[in-house]
Order: sequence, then C-alpha cells, then structure tokens
Amino acid sequence: MEPTLKTLLDQDYPSTLQSVDDAETVILQAAADLGFDEDEQHRIGMSVRECMVNAVVHGNRYNRNKVVHVGVTHSCEAGADDKFTVQIVDQGEGFEVQEVPDPLQENNLLSHSGRGLFLMGAFMDDVKVRKAVPVGTEVTLVKSVPPRN
Amino acid sequence: MSVKLNTRQVGDVSVVDVSGRITLGEGSSALRDCLRDLMAQNNKKILLNLSEVSYIDSSGIGELVSGFTTVANSGGTLKLLGLTRRVKDLLQITKLYTVFDVHEEEAHAIRAFV
Repeated sequence: MEPTLKTLLDQDYPSTLQSVDDAETVILQAAADLGFDEDEQHRIGMSVRECMVNAVVHGNRYNRNKVVHVGVTHSCEAGADDKFTVQIVDQGEGFEVQEVPDPLQENNLLSHSGRGLFLMGAFMDDVKVRKAVPVGTEVTLVKSVPPRN
Repeated sequence: MSVKLNTRQVGDVSVVDVSGRITLGEGSSALRDCLRDLMAQNNKKILLNLSEVSYIDSSGIGELVSGFTTVANSGGTLKLLGLTRRVKDLLQITKLYTVFDVHEEEAHAIRAFV
C-alpha cells in the first residue's frame, strides 16, 4: 500500500488570542473525527493551545502584520501507526530550545510561566521545534491515531 | 464558557468557587484580580474551590502558583479544594501537586487553616 497524506487543515491565523481558541476548536474536531477518545482529545487540544499561545504571544507578539500558519495532516503508511500531525509556524524572532528552563527543576517550580513546551512534550508522542525559513519557529506535534475497529 | 468566580466567607476563610476555564486572557486575569482584591481586604486565609473548573492551561497554572506565592509572602495561606482528575493530573505532571495543600472536602480544608 502506498503511503497517503491527507491534509485536514492548512490555514493562516491572525496573531490574536481568538486564533488560539479557533485553531483549538478546529483541531479538536479533526481529532474526534479520527477516533481519538476524550482524554486524548484533551491532551491534543491543550498541546495545540500551548503552542498557539507561544506563537501568538512570544513569537509574533500580537503583531497584526504577522500570521500563524497551522497545518494538520493524517498520514497512513503500511506497517506503521497512522499519524495525526499538527504543524504551527510563527513569524517571530525564534528561540533556542536548549535555553528554555526546565520547569521541573526545583528553582523553576514556582515560576509563573515556562511550562508550555514541557506540556506539549508530556501530552504528544513527538514534538519537534526548529527554526522556520526565512523567519520564525516551526513546531510539529505528532500523535499516533488509534486503530479503527 | 470563560471563568466565573464567586467569593463567600466561611468563618475567617475566604472560599472562592471557581468554574469554567482558567486560560490565558480573561480567565487567568479574573483569578489574579480576585486574589489581589482578597489580599487588599486583608483576607489571609484563601481556599480556591476548583471542583467546577473544566480546563486549565499553563497560564492558569501560572496564576495558581503566583497566587500561592503572593499570599504566602504576605503572611497568608492559599489552599486548593476539589481538583478534577485532569487538573490533578496537570499538577502532578508539573510537580506542583505536593507544593499546594490540596483537599477533597471543604470542611476538612477549612479545618486545615490554622
């Protein structure tokens, strides 16, 4: 069987908090349609929310002239789990992942912020962060799709 | 639904019944304002009832932590009541569950304030 890739969402969102809600709603529906149970939908939704907040607030800094691109795909390949992949790309200045403090370290436990990336890693099967071209940060969130009965 | 907060007094403990979503924006700022008002009125014993909180994100966690430290630094105490399974999981994942004094029953929580 040839690998297939189905695009479920391919859209630019303005750099607003409303976009966080909008993207979360659309992606939650896509996850439900693929058969993820409520707990997994919650984990996916929270990961998307944290990622969108980072893109809007820390990446694009609410800049009206910048957008957040969101892509969602469902990929199938023989001999492997189906993958639900969410890619979120901002147009900000970018950051170094290794410089993000570990929120579980004792000195950081009572920090007001800095848990978003950690939660994405806790809730998704795979998280990749890389610099986007020409500018910005691209975050890819991956979750294996539950098998259909 | 965004967050709703209702404050009531049980003896010398201020109980804040929180319902809805504590997320970046309206939800987290409403909680911050509520705690700030209670501190301004010299309420030193605060119990946050989270049993009707359906969703909390990292910003909401940040507000809980800030509230906890602000109240403690002012000589007060903030405790948590009635965590839903998902909120409890979130606090355990972030290693904050043991930082907070968490209770399942209101009467027990009230008695825990010295």
